[in-house]
Amino acid sequence: MGKAAEKLAASDPFKVADISMETQLSVERFLHRQAEILDEKQWDAWLALFTEDGHYWMPAREDQTDGEGVPNIFWENLDMMEMRIRRNNHPQAHSQAPNNRLCHVVSNVIVEDEADNGDIIVRSRFHCAEYLRYEVRNFTGKYRHVLNKTDGGYKIQLERVDLVNREGPYEYVLQWWL
Amino acid sequence: MMGCVVTWTNTKIAALVEPDRAHRKAYVDPDLFDLEMERIFERAWVYVGHESQVKNPGDYYLARIGRQPMMMTRDHNGEIHVLYNRCPHRGAQLCSARQGNAGRRIRCSYHAWMFNLDGSLENIPAIDGYDGTALTIDGEDFQVPKAERAANYRGFWFASLANEGISLEEHLGEARTGFDQLIDRAPGGETEVVGECFHMVQQSNWKIFLENQLDASHPGATHESTGVAAMTVERDMRKAGEEPPMAYGFLSDFARLGIDGWGKFGTVGHPHGHCTLEGYMGLRPDDPDTNEYVKCMYDAYGEERAEEILGVNLHHSLIYPCMSIQPPLQQLRTIRPISTDRTMSEIWHFRLKDAPEAIYQRALGYYYLVNSPSTMVNADDLFNWWKVQHGLESQGSDWVSFHRNAGFDVIDGALRKSPDGSMSEMPMRHMMHVWRDYMTGEVA
Repeated sequence: MGKAAEKLAASDPFKVADISMETQLSVERFLHRQAEILDEKQWDAWLALFTEDGHYWMPAREDQTDGEGVPNIFWENLDMMEMRIRRNNHPQAHSQAPNNRLCHVVSNVIVEDEADNGDIIVRSRFHCAEYLRYEVRNFTGKYRHVLNKTDGGYKIQLERVDLVNREGPYEYVLQWWL
Repeated sequence: MMGCVVTWTNTKIAALVEPDRAHRKAYVDPDLFDLEMERIFERAWVYVGHESQVKNPGDYYLARIGRQPMMMTRDHNGEIHVLYNRCPHRGAQLCSARQGNAGRRIRCSYHAWMFNLDGSLENIPAIDGYDGTALTIDGEDFQVPKAERAANYRGFWFASLANEGISLEEHLGEARTGFDQLIDRAPGGETEVVGECFHMVQQSNWKIFLENQLDASHPGATHESTGVAAMTVERDMRKAGEEPPMAYGFLSDFARLGIDGWGKFGTVGHPHGHCTLEGYMGLRPDDPDTNEYVKCMYDAYGEERAEEILGVNLHHSLIYPCMSIQPPLQQLRTIRPISTDRTMSEIWHFRLKDAPEAIYQRALGYYYLVNSPSTMVNADDLFNWWKVQHGLESQGSDWVSFHRNAGFDVIDGALRKSPDGSMSEMPMRHMMHVWRDYMTGEVA
């Protein structure tokens, strides 16, 4: 089990940490900026959001506590993210052409834990509309982020995304991260 | 079309299939779809599920056979049954979750009729109201109906909604090797499903899915973008002194082999419409993980038997009309047609008992990259199938071409093989010919 997954599994998912307004605002700003990066497809900025060992994780089941070694909807490290960016931008990525448009709204931000070194566990809710080939699909669910505090601001060590309809069926989930 | 109703006589149906092409109506006509359900899916042996989906007494798992809502149950003696998911009282669906455990009995939510897991009626509240009526507790009309026939091949359960016909073993014939491989490749001699399957909806006809599976000329074209991206990442990782995960090779192969590099994998057409693909995807790479696995197999089976199992040259079995098995990847997919242009697929993943964890992880890598709902690979397939469906709904032309190497199949007893080194469209022709036979009543 990865360190960040362990941390997340050990954290009380209903806890509300007693934090400063300044921390609350900077965590919220980070989450809002992440959503903007996805919506605006700023892929260099996206990769820079994660720690070297960072993972983006969308479990297939609610009771999963780790993305390693089990079936997932998404389980991606920086190499996989790099691959996805290259593939989706390839001229022959025909299922993605014309490119989709995304619009995220992130809300209900509750910081769950602030460690002495400033690392954060935060939960929030999102809604995302995707426009592709003249149709709109909607995705909604819960985020839980394990954020490391670094000199360059927060970095994502683990982002867990629980889709409200994780069992599907769908034609496929987004080719980009939600 | 245009208000003119076609009565689908056998002569008219037979005319839809020619030796090297098929008529578009076979993919888009709703009346033909109903006939397909009646004459193929509600008659042939259709896959229900693996016994490990209903591990414990009281477990049930829903399945669809043709247009019929069915369920697989395990009773309290450990026996498995395939039942219609319908209360014999007023017709309510008995189980509504996709899977679950009913406990000692299945209780209908409408009037609390109680059934045993084998479908037999156990009790009705205030039963004295039935005194002097035609209802009796053991009357045939008051039991949950069973699939006309249910049978399993080594734990893989099938049902047929026809009273008579050939046995499951005869239906599977030599194509059953796919199941054998999925079990025998386990050092512990057993296999079981991992977690829940992925459910994906294809916006296309069920036959388009089957036709894509052994279509050797599509991977290099359809999946070029993913192949190139994977190859670039592999190269960058090696430059940085890292060894890319073996599963990335499943994707970079699309670029490495190109559009015309897939002819070296032979295809075989079997009786009753099944098709198999030989070789592909490094069935036995020479790496430490594989070698450790081979050692486990030697320990479990002895060298001779282990080599016999590992020497089977099979990548993919297509069991007509409903499933695909890829034993080296520990993966099974089954399709449930919904309408002419909608098909539900279940994508299952298996763990081989006592195989080293690394072997499981490698197969899991494939499952994730190719068949998870975020897949970059299947997304392009699904889109192509959707485009094919739309194209065939148009009147631009009536015919679907399967001409590649047509007329050059190699006949070997009951088997029909693609010529060496070809990317023959034999599997598609073969399946359409069997389709015609089912649809016109030529199949037992």
